Parts: sequence; structure tokens; C-alpha cells
Amino acid sequence: MTGVPPTDRPDLSTLSPRARFLAHCAKGELAFQRDPATGRAIFYPRMAAPGSGAEHPPWEVSAGIGTVYSTTCVRSRDGDHNVALIDMEEGFRLLSRVEGTAPDAVRIGQRVRVRMRTDDGEDPYPVFDPVTDLRDGAR
Amino acid sequence: MSGVLRGATAIVGVGEAGIPVLSEGATPVDAMALAAVRAVADAGLSLKEVDGVFAAGLQLFMPTLSLSEYLGLTPRYSDSTQVGGGAFLAHLNHAQAALAAGLCDVALIAYGSTQRSGGAKFVTHSEPNPYERPYRVPGPVAAYAMIAARHMHRYGTTPEQLAEVAVAARAWAGLTPGATMREPLTVAEVLAARRVADPLGVRDCCLVTDGAGAVVLVRADRARDLARPPVHLLGVGEAVSHRSIAQMPDLTVTAATQSGARAFAMAGLAPAEVDVLQLYDAFTVNPILFLEDLGFCAKGEGGGFVAGGRIAPGGALPMNTNGGGLSYGHPGMYGIFTIIETVRQLRGEAGDRQVAGAQVGLAHAPGGFMSSQSTAIFGTAATL
Repeated sequence: MTGVPPTDRPDLSTLSPRARFLAHCAKGELAFQRDPATGRAIFYPRMAAPGSGAEHPPWEVSAGIGTVYSTTCVRSRDGDHNVALIDMEEGFRLLSRVEGTAPDAVRIGQRVRVRMRTDDGEDPYPVFDPVTDLRDGAR
Repeated sequence: MSGVLRGATAIVGVGEAGIPVLSEGATPVDAMALAAVRAVADAGLSLKEVDGVFAAGLQLFMPTLSLSEYLGLTPRYSDSTQVGGGAFLAHLNHAQAALAAGLCDVALIAYGSTQRSGGAKFVTHSEPNPYERPYRVPGPVAAYAMIAARHMHRYGTTPEQLAEVAVAARAWAGLTPGATMREPLTVAEVLAARRVADPLGVRDCCLVTDGAGAVVLVRADRARDLARPPVHLLGVGEAVSHRSIAQMPDLTVTAATQSGARAFAMAGLAPAEVDVLQLYDAFTVNPILFLEDLGFCAKGEGGGFVAGGRIAPGGALPMNTNGGGLSYGHPGMYGIFTIIETVRQLRGEAGDRQVAGAQVGLAHAPGGFMSSQSTAIFGTAATL
């Protein structure tokens, strides 16, 4: 631990889990953690791993491909929108939204790819699009 | 320890207030206090004898303090465990332990809500989840819709089978004085109702009402001297599996597998010995999962199990005999009412909806997003 920390970018080792997650999102990356003791993927980001208790579990960046575990179309006065649970290939699950198709056309088992939304006034956040590439879809 | 606690305490008083709607300006504490004094009076006790206070709520930050102040109680033991709608069954577990240990002698468990009359002013002190906030998740319904979708995908459960839960509840409510919705309901009407979150429509969802409930628990020796037939607590089980729906390991299996097993082990009973069931029906899919996870049918077979009137009046397994959260009333958290209805059935005072000869009753409630599960099994004096 020598030298002066760089000031032109955040020091990821000292960021809170939430801040580090957002820093990855800003780069278009869906980040998660992995328990060094068990190898189990962890999401949402934490300062301590569930089960093993390992502090500050190390981070990885997802390849961005997942499968719809379950889905619903929420019917509201403001229109319909999708809410879905996505199982990522790396072994973690997150709540998100599938876009790029009708909200009630999303299907369990459908393969999806992550995309970062940075355009609606929120902190950047991940959404998903159906995977249309046939090779991906057949896997 | 199970042998020590089985039947060692009994519910000796129950009270309700405020279903379906309180008068303008009434507060959650107004409702809770009214139910509490009714429960204490039902037991033939006085307020000054209450020395254990248990409460939880969505609107009250410190509910045991609010209730104690309101009624002039000065408890020596209090517990505001908040694990969602089933908190009051968890309170039973904590109260029986406190009673058995001599830490209190008269335990009052209470809840009150103005969810309906409060309308737009209704607030919850639940914290926001930054990983879910951007997705506009409308309260619990989206989570339970995804549970239903997954169960349908995995086991072929149908919307018609979900609807059977609502239809049976309405038939029971038709026999229940004071139930909010009593007119008959058909499967076709449930399926045609406004969609809320696919595959759930508005008739798959619990009502939004005001309301309050309270029960009084004492040691069995004290219960024998009181006015009402004691309803003994034979077994209780709690379980916690997650907080947010994204962390639920398998959407088709709840931790009722654990809470139920714990309650049955303490009670020394099996599902086949239960005469009447109250399974918190915030959404129609919920009792289907609980019937499976509590051992009344095999995993995946809950949809077929509830069809054909089995759980309806006259059916083989009477369930949610007051109409449940779907038709009786649902003031935000319903768990206390699963206890109250069980007590009424085991006292034999349920009128037109009375299950003949009911000796053993089971109450079960989840909390959050199937996050916590709490199960309680009760019996008449004949079951000791």
C-alpha cells in the first residue's frame, strides 16, 4: 500500500458494494461477486459473503447472458411493463425487466442479454433484451 | 423441549375490530386497542393483568409502545418482531416461551391497520431496495405473480385451479357474518376479472380493508379457570429463507416445509390429523404452495388438490373457513386472523360455517415475499 491513490478514477477497493456496482454499470458491465471459499456467485453485492462470512468477496464481470427464471406483466394505469427474474450463466439471479419485446410476451426459459439503462434519470441499471442470435438461442 | 411446550399454553380470548372499514380519522392504534380490549374481555381478564405485549405493523414504528400507552399497559415483557404478515404466529412462539419461562403471565398479541380508510396516506416503514427500485415493482403482487408463473410452468398448474381458491373462499365468506365480500363468485368471474400482474387478476388478490385482531395467551393451568374453552397451542414453527423475491432459492418451494415440520414435530401430529386449516391467502397461489409444503399433498399437486371443492364448504379439507384474506378482510397483514378463526372453530362457535367436531386446527402465514413462514397447530382440551 504505497504511493498516492490515483485521483482520476474511483478506488474500487474502498468503494461500498453499491458504489462499486454502479461504477461497473457506468462502464456497461454487470458486476457480481464470488465467494472465495465456496466459489458460489453472489448477488446483490455485499461486504460479507452469505454462508461463509468471507469479508469483501472478490468481484467479477458477467458475460451478460442469462435465462428468464420467472416473469410477470404488471398491468397499471400507466401502461404495462415487465418484471422478471433472470438467472445468469455465472450462477446468480437478479430482478430486472425484459425490454425489446412486449411485456406479456416474455417467456420462462427465454435467453436474454444484459443492457445498461443510463437514460431515464435513475442510477444506471441493468435490463435485458431477448437473445435473437440463433447460435445463442440454441445453446 | 417440545414435550414441555406442547399444550402448555392456550388462547383464552380473541377480539376483532374495524373490518371492513373504520370511521374517518381512526388510527391503527384505535383499531388495535379496540380488538385488544375485546380479546381481554372475551378471556374474562382485566387490562391490568396483561403483562406481556406482542405487536407488529406496517404503519406503526413502535407498535408495542403505542398500544401499551393507549391502553395504560405496563408490560414486563414485550416483543415487536416483524417478519411480515405471519409475525403474529411467530409471536405465539415467543409468547409461549416467555410464558413457560415465567417472564410474563398474560400475553396479548395484537395488530391494527387503516390500510383502506388511510388510502393515499397509507405508508410503510419498509426500506427501499436499490437493486429493485428501478423496475417499478408494485408491492408484493409482482413477486407472487412470478411464483404463480413458475409453479404453472413447472407443474402445469392452471389459472382455473388458482381461481378455485378464490371461489371456495367466497363460499365460506357467504356463511360468515361480517365478511367483506359475500356474494357468490365463479371460476369464470375470477378469470374475467381485471388483470393485475399476469397470471393474477384482481380476484386472485386479497382485499384491501381496515381491521384489527388480538388474542390472549396464558399458561394452561390458568386457562382452565377462565370463561372460554381453552384452545391449546400444540406446536409452533418458524422459518426464514430470504427478504427479497430475487433471493428466494426456488419459487415453487417455501420455507413452510421447515416451519410446518417444526410445528408438527412439537405437536406430535401429522397433516392427516388436522380438521380445519387457515392458510394465509394473500394471493390464490399461496395456499396451493402451503398445502404442498405443509405435507397435505405432494409437491406440484396443489393445483389439482384444491379443485373440485375439496377446500370449500362441505369439502373434505375445510380451509379458510371465514373467507380468508380473499373475501373476509385483509388489513395489510392478515396473520392474526388465521389464529382467531382457528380459535372460533375449535371453540365450536363458528355458526353456519362451523366444521363439525373440529378438534385440531392449523394456522399458517408467510411474511414478505414468501420470505418468512410461520405455522401454529392448536387443539381442544381433548387433544392434550
